[in-house]
Amino acid sequence: MNFAQNTFLIALLLFPAGAITSIAFNKNERLANFTGSLFAVLGSISGIVSAISILFYQGTFSVNMPSTFPILSFALKMDSLSAFFVLVISTIALLASTYGYGYAKHYFGKYNLGNLGFFYNLFIAGMILVVTANNALLFLIVWEIMSLASYFLVIFEKNEKKNIKAGSLYFYMTHAGTAFIILAFLLLYRSTGSLDFEVIRNSINLISPITRDAVFILALIGFGTKAGIIPFHIWLPSAHPAAPSHVSALMSGVMIKTGIFMMIRIFLDIFPGGPIWWGITILIIGAISSILGVLYALAEHDIKKLLAYHSIENIGIILLGLGSALTFNSLGLHSFAILSIVAALFHTLNHAVFKALLFMGAGSVISKTHTKNIEEYGGIIKYMPYTALFFLIGSLAISAIPPFNGFASEWITFQSLFAGIRSVGSVAEWAFMIAAGSLALTGGLACACFVKVFGITFLARPRRENIKQITESSFSLVFSMAILALLTLILGVFSGSVSATLSRIANSVMAFRGEVVISNVHTSAIRTGDGFASVSLPSIFLIFGILLALTFIIFKFIPKKQRERKVITWDCGTNLGPRMEITATGFSRSIITIFADILKPSKEVKTTFHEENSNYFPKANTVNLGTAEIYRSYIYEPLHKLMTKISSYAGIWQNGNVNAYILYIFIILIILLIVGAVK
Amino acid sequence: MQNRQGASIFQPYSDLKKLFRKDELISHDASWIFKFMPYILFSTTLLIGFALPLITTGIRNGFFGDFLVIIYLIALGTFFLALAGIDAGSAFGGFGSSREMTLSALAEAGLIFSMLTLSILAHSTNLADIVHSVVSLPLTSLLPVLLAFIGFFVILLFETGRFPFDNPATHLELTMIHEAMILEYSGKRLALIEWAAANKLLIFMAIGANLFFPWGIASNLSLNAILIALGAFLVKVLILSAGIAILESSIAKYRFFRLPDLLLTSFILSMIAIGLIF
Amino acid sequence: MLKLFSKILKTPKTVIEPENLKLDIEAIKVGKKIEKKIRKLFSGSLAIREVDAGSTNACEHELTALSNCFYDVERFGIHFVASPRHADMLMVTGPVSQNMQEALVKTYEATPDPKIVVAVGDDAIDGGIFKGSYAVLDGVDKVIPVDYYIQGDPPTPMTILVSLLEILEKLDAPKLKPKD
Repeated sequence: MNFAQNTFLIALLLFPAGAITSIAFNKNERLANFTGSLFAVLGSISGIVSAISILFYQGTFSVNMPSTFPILSFALKMDSLSAFFVLVISTIALLASTYGYGYAKHYFGKYNLGNLGFFYNLFIAGMILVVTANNALLFLIVWEIMSLASYFLVIFEKNEKKNIKAGSLYFYMTHAGTAFIILAFLLLYRSTGSLDFEVIRNSINLISPITRDAVFILALIGFGTKAGIIPFHIWLPSAHPAAPSHVSALMSGVMIKTGIFMMIRIFLDIFPGGPIWWGITILIIGAISSILGVLYALAEHDIKKLLAYHSIENIGIILLGLGSALTFNSLGLHSFAILSIVAALFHTLNHAVFKALLFMGAGSVISKTHTKNIEEYGGIIKYMPYTALFFLIGSLAISAIPPFNGFASEWITFQSLFAGIRSVGSVAEWAFMIAAGSLALTGGLACACFVKVFGITFLARPRRENIKQITESSFSLVFSMAILALLTLILGVFSGSVSATLSRIANSVMAFRGEVVISNVHTSAIRTGDGFASVSLPSIFLIFGILLALTFIIFKFIPKKQRERKVITWDCGTNLGPRMEITATGFSRSIITIFADILKPSKEVKTTFHEENSNYFPKANTVNLGTAEIYRSYIYEPLHKLMTKISSYAGIWQNGNVNAYILYIFIILIILLIVGAVK
Repeated sequence: MQNRQGASIFQPYSDLKKLFRKDELISHDASWIFKFMPYILFSTTLLIGFALPLITTGIRNGFFGDFLVIIYLIALGTFFLALAGIDAGSAFGGFGSSREMTLSALAEAGLIFSMLTLSILAHSTNLADIVHSVVSLPLTSLLPVLLAFIGFFVILLFETGRFPFDNPATHLELTMIHEAMILEYSGKRLALIEWAAANKLLIFMAIGANLFFPWGIASNLSLNAILIALGAFLVKVLILSAGIAILESSIAKYRFFRLPDLLLTSFILSMIAIGLIF
Repeated sequence: MLKLFSKILKTPKTVIEPENLKLDIEAIKVGKKIEKKIRKLFSGSLAIREVDAGSTNACEHELTALSNCFYDVERFGIHFVASPRHADMLMVTGPVSQNMQEALVKTYEATPDPKIVVAVGDDAIDGGIFKGSYAVLDGVDKVIPVDYYIQGDPPTPMTILVSLLEILEKLDAPKLKPKD
């Protein structure tokens, strides 16, 4: 207990140390980069150590320093759930820091690396404090620190106008979300009289059902904005690409998970269960987010924006697990509820790992080619073989291909949805069926999208001449990616043990104290509680490996007389050029056409002519293909206009005329005196 | 049915034998994915074969006999097949991959739901257990099983590249789906891919025959039971093949953008089947 | 669909029965011999890629007729393929126009060994009726090495079949082995 507490507090000291030394050395770029990364690495390691000691050596720790001023009371608590999230955050932060050390070298001479180190360390510190805060006010303070630090990281490359705009959008949206969160906490304070989570948990009976539902909706919107559920996601696709790649990995991999963490904390830990419509709402939101996320990803050609949309999709999948957990909980089917929570937590971990891997691969490619547009890539596998290999592993993981980790968590999510279809009554059953259908569709579309991304980026011939000059990235980048790729394989193969640990964590959550553990660690297989399904990933990995080796040996060496010659690609007798390959636009056009009603694609053709007045001799045609921004036009623009209109009416009163203000004060004073006299 | 005799039924074996003896030509632009894909594709079909109850359920595979695993192993093969189509950078491989991945995404939902119908009826997702249970189902479950089978049959036609999704004998590259991705292959790699495609057809027919109509399957490993089961399996596969052949001779290949409607229909049929169970 | 099948059964037999036609007895006989040779030399499967190097399409019609219900070469193990990479034999038609020269060379190089090149039709042999024109190169052997020629303008399917048998017999003869 003490050990975990001490290491955690050490971590909390190391990050600010990194921040301060980084900004102190900001004149010397190399030193600033080095100290920033070093302290981040050390802090992450101590975070991992403390989380592991809590998870595997039991127990929780609390640090409580109450005082009469609520703003100064400091309450931290790390139980199994927080420890799990601290583990996820620290692991990804560790690898992102090692990656960032090499990656930041591209910023030498252009931007101030002291700032990068400062905000980066603060960002990570903010995140680990967010998942361990036990007091609503402390929570809000560190939440704000996390958001502000990430805002400054998003606008780090400030010479590009797009980044500034992305940052501003992120700033507004995250504060709008925070406003909802503040409202939720205020409602809780009003009912229970305290801001401390422990006290709230113990006095849950004081909260009326209406307040409880209101808190649910406010928390869903507030934390959903951070997590990126549709329709509150509009900041995600512009903010994540704008940040430097290791920061994008952190933001996409772990920051949005803090929203999920608080949802689990509030809906299942503080409130030990709500009505069934909570679960069904989250199921529907998860289904919509996952499908729309992957459809928008298919329409994108900016590699980082595409990965950001995939984060939205995976958050949708996590929400499917969470929604089923809530539904099962309100129906009393606790073993299935634990199964669903295990699915959600496992997918959180897996997504963090493979999304970070993918962002690192993308960053590696972008730093060498200086463009984010995948239409300008091609054939990179020959010049950056390691990046290609690790990106391939990341693509396989995110497409839920066995034996990698994405498959394990999607399998468990499927099982929990199937359990829902089998066991619950009429209305909920249809929600589960829609959810299962959307998960199946999402899995297939994600597969299609990553075939496109990997194929167009790394395979075939280069589409631009400058590709032929690029080389593999430096060691720190390749090393981080290698570790993450290895982690995806390990998490997949040993998914049985991982799910056993996760079900223990799920047990610790208030709603499920004392329930059944679902998995069998013995054969390293994942098994559902009632024997409906079981899968053993290690055996798949092993047997597939053996079969592959056998096939390769038999067929490579037995027919011996044949030669292999290298020739040019069969081009049907015409000239082979880079325009002959499939383009990303062409690849996804079929799907966009099929889903045209949802995506609303637009096509704009502009023709310039040789002669000004005569339309007979076209010189050039420009075709602009796009998808409509329906959220902006249908939700946010009208809201914006409404706000502006209301503000303009308020402007009648707030007209800047000091005499008018004095008049208002005078009138109110008279009214108050009258009211006081009447009383 | 096409009013001619046609090739012998052992022709594919002759094709494979000949292809193993030919030289190979590999493009400069191809990477290791192009070279390895046939081995990976073939190994996945072998692995799935280990999990399927072809003749007997006496060997119950509890490790990966789960239907989701089968579906995602097929997706593994398709993933690499599509990548190999893009790899050589030819004009047709890329859009073959595009069409394959588009339809594959939509087909997965139908496939999962048709097999889910059976699992719900059988209270297990293990294929051997499903076979066991479907034999002894009451008559009221006949309608869901039939509906799910129709849904499954549509997906079978797609995954194995038959009418109305794909014409396996076409020369028009613009209409190809599966063939377009393998236009660049030659020699023994092509043989492996063709063999894997034939395996896939057998796998799907075995699933269709054994899971939806499992009468005749041996439940133990005694010699009598196995011989009977072998005979029953051959009869069922023959009937299915005849069905596919009749379909191929009577309808034309659909226009590409009509195919998603077909796949969606399969999905909805399976959903209705599940709804009917309760 | 039922209508289709009932029509097949009800239509009066206007197709001349194969047994009565002397020509057709020869097609089956030739076909059987071809099948034996193909089984020996090509393991039972001969894949042909047909290349049109500027022809009048008359030869193509005849080649296409080989796959119809009457001649039906598929039963002998011959089939036409979509890509030269899959092919054993290239059947080239047309006098090789200037525009198709490079394409023909590339097709030849895209076919894996062992391969056989057959020039089908008088145009492909030496230019035929287009000989001497400025737009053609007067025959396939001016562009790629040709192994065998089939004469005719265009050769009938029967001629093509019989010529194919002679080619296969020549291939089988101990002196001449397929080009490596």
